[in-house]
Amino acid sequence: MRSFFKHKFFPLLRRFVIFLLVVWTVVSLVTLLIELVPGDPAVSVLGEQATPEQIEQFRQLHGLDSPPFFFSFPRDDSGDRHFRWHGSHNRYTEYWVALLHGDMGRSFRTDRPVLDLIKERYPATIELALAALLVAVFIAIPLGVFAGKNRGTWIDNAASVIALIGISLPGFVIGPLLVYVFAVKLDWLPPSGRFDFTYLILPAVTLGAALSAILTRMVRSSVIEELNEDYVRTARAKGLSETKVVYKHVLKNGLIPVVTILGLQLGILLAGAIITEKIFGWPGLGLLLVEDGIGKRDYRVVQGCVLVISITYIVANMLTDMVYRWLDPRIRLS
Amino acid sequence: MNRLTIVGLIIVVILVAVAIFAPWIATHDVGTTNLSIRYLGPSAQHFFGTDSTGRDIFSRVVFGARISLKVGIVVVAISALVGTLLGALAGYYGGWIDRIVSGYVFNVFLAFPGLLLAIAMVAFLGAGLNKLILALCIIGWVGYARLIRGQVLKVREYDFVQAARALGASDARILFIHILPNAVQPLIVQASLGMAGAVLSEASLSFLGLGVPPPAPSWGVMIEEARDLSTLQAAPHALIFPGLAIALTVLAFNFIGDGLREYLDPKQRAR
Repeated sequence: MRSFFKHKFFPLLRRFVIFLLVVWTVVSLVTLLIELVPGDPAVSVLGEQATPEQIEQFRQLHGLDSPPFFFSFPRDDSGDRHFRWHGSHNRYTEYWVALLHGDMGRSFRTDRPVLDLIKERYPATIELALAALLVAVFIAIPLGVFAGKNRGTWIDNAASVIALIGISLPGFVIGPLLVYVFAVKLDWLPPSGRFDFTYLILPAVTLGAALSAILTRMVRSSVIEELNEDYVRTARAKGLSETKVVYKHVLKNGLIPVVTILGLQLGILLAGAIITEKIFGWPGLGLLLVEDGIGKRDYRVVQGCVLVISITYIVANMLTDMVYRWLDPRIRLS
Repeated sequence: MNRLTIVGLIIVVILVAVAIFAPWIATHDVGTTNLSIRYLGPSAQHFFGTDSTGRDIFSRVVFGARISLKVGIVVVAISALVGTLLGALAGYYGGWIDRIVSGYVFNVFLAFPGLLLAIAMVAFLGAGLNKLILALCIIGWVGYARLIRGQVLKVREYDFVQAARALGASDARILFIHILPNAVQPLIVQASLGMAGAVLSEASLSFLGLGVPPPAPSWGVMIEEARDLSTLQAAPHALIFPGLAIALTVLAFNFIGDGLREYLDPKQRAR
């Protein structure tokens, strides 16, 4: 029983507390970031010509009329700053309360609930991210295994250089290049939009390219490490074919660190999706964030998008961590 | 040193030279538009051709090196300094400082996809070179802090540190004179990879319209301007040359970082 608490319950509890702390911080940051906007958000949305009544109405509608935080240091008539306590009636608590009720506020521009906008766009981003992951895995595992098996040969060096080039070529260079070749020159695939499967190919390859490069390196060093293990010698001594040794034994163990990397790379994928979506006009969260949010200074939409992308990332990381522990019992105990 | 590291070093030296001597290397003014000569292919007049408004792409790529390197150097210097200080303090003192820094701050920063935090900050602060640098520093320092914390934790147990302590050296002296010089080696690797990351982030944010504002010849801005279908059709070189510049720069720093890591880590070298 004691060992159950020590090895299973407490580490899990600790991780959960950290998870809650992280979520709290992320939400707080997102809530408070809007205070960084130079000047009055109402003025920057409505424009300089807006009448005071319009501005007042806008602020009331979007809850911008209450103080930003629990306290502030306003200047008095003589110009000195004094501490002032506003109590719980402030934007920070109001955003939290609304959020816990599943309300992310309304778009400054279209007046639609931000949650609805996000719900419309979320599936497209997840679809793109998963497709990119698939592309990356399909490139990385064969290439990485091949390089690792032939370590030190020119094949290995070539694979390593290809992988480094893949890491160094950003999506916003690969993407337009792919558009040039496959949409403009060859006219095989559509350059932008999201209708049938063909529209997914170029964005998925663009987003998956960098990840596949990182994964290839991981798989390679993992395979090299595992090939030195005793069980490989045993498997070979049993007379197993080299293919069986590599794909049945080595890969099974070698994939464990790769799974962690995959989880951590989800962040890159989600952040990269912002750029990829812009290149291909892919109507996901990233396009919502960049065009509708940042482009039109719709700060509620920006808040919502940043929040949802971050939370997705955090949850994905936690799941990865759990899968990792489940795959490798040694980590569970240490 | 392996060959790729040398290649990386050569590229970086050329890049730095290009950035320093940009006004002498550039053949045209970077801002002068002339619609009568737009979409020209590479020629002796315009080495890399001209873009959609007739500006000389070669000169813009040359001056773009200045922006990229400036952002990279400033971001890496500030992040490394802040990260080293905080990481060293957390690792050396341990206790509640360490618990806050490594248990909470690290986790929070790692929980945010870095680029997203930068995008969010710039979105609210407004675009601009200094704000972009600030945002990249805020996401950048954590990597250095984690690294140095781990190093300090290891080095502080060494005998020479115990000896210094027994001789009555102050905490500051032990930390800065004895521990840090023996802990910063991997920092060079991180800094080199950090340069690659910063150059890439600057280009990404500028591409999204969140970095250096458009007339400036940032590589990210140039790619954004070159990627609409009519420009792609008429002048693919407007995309290819700045793209190549970014890729080469990032690749060079990655080569150096990778090579140094192997060089500093005998375990990997032996393999």
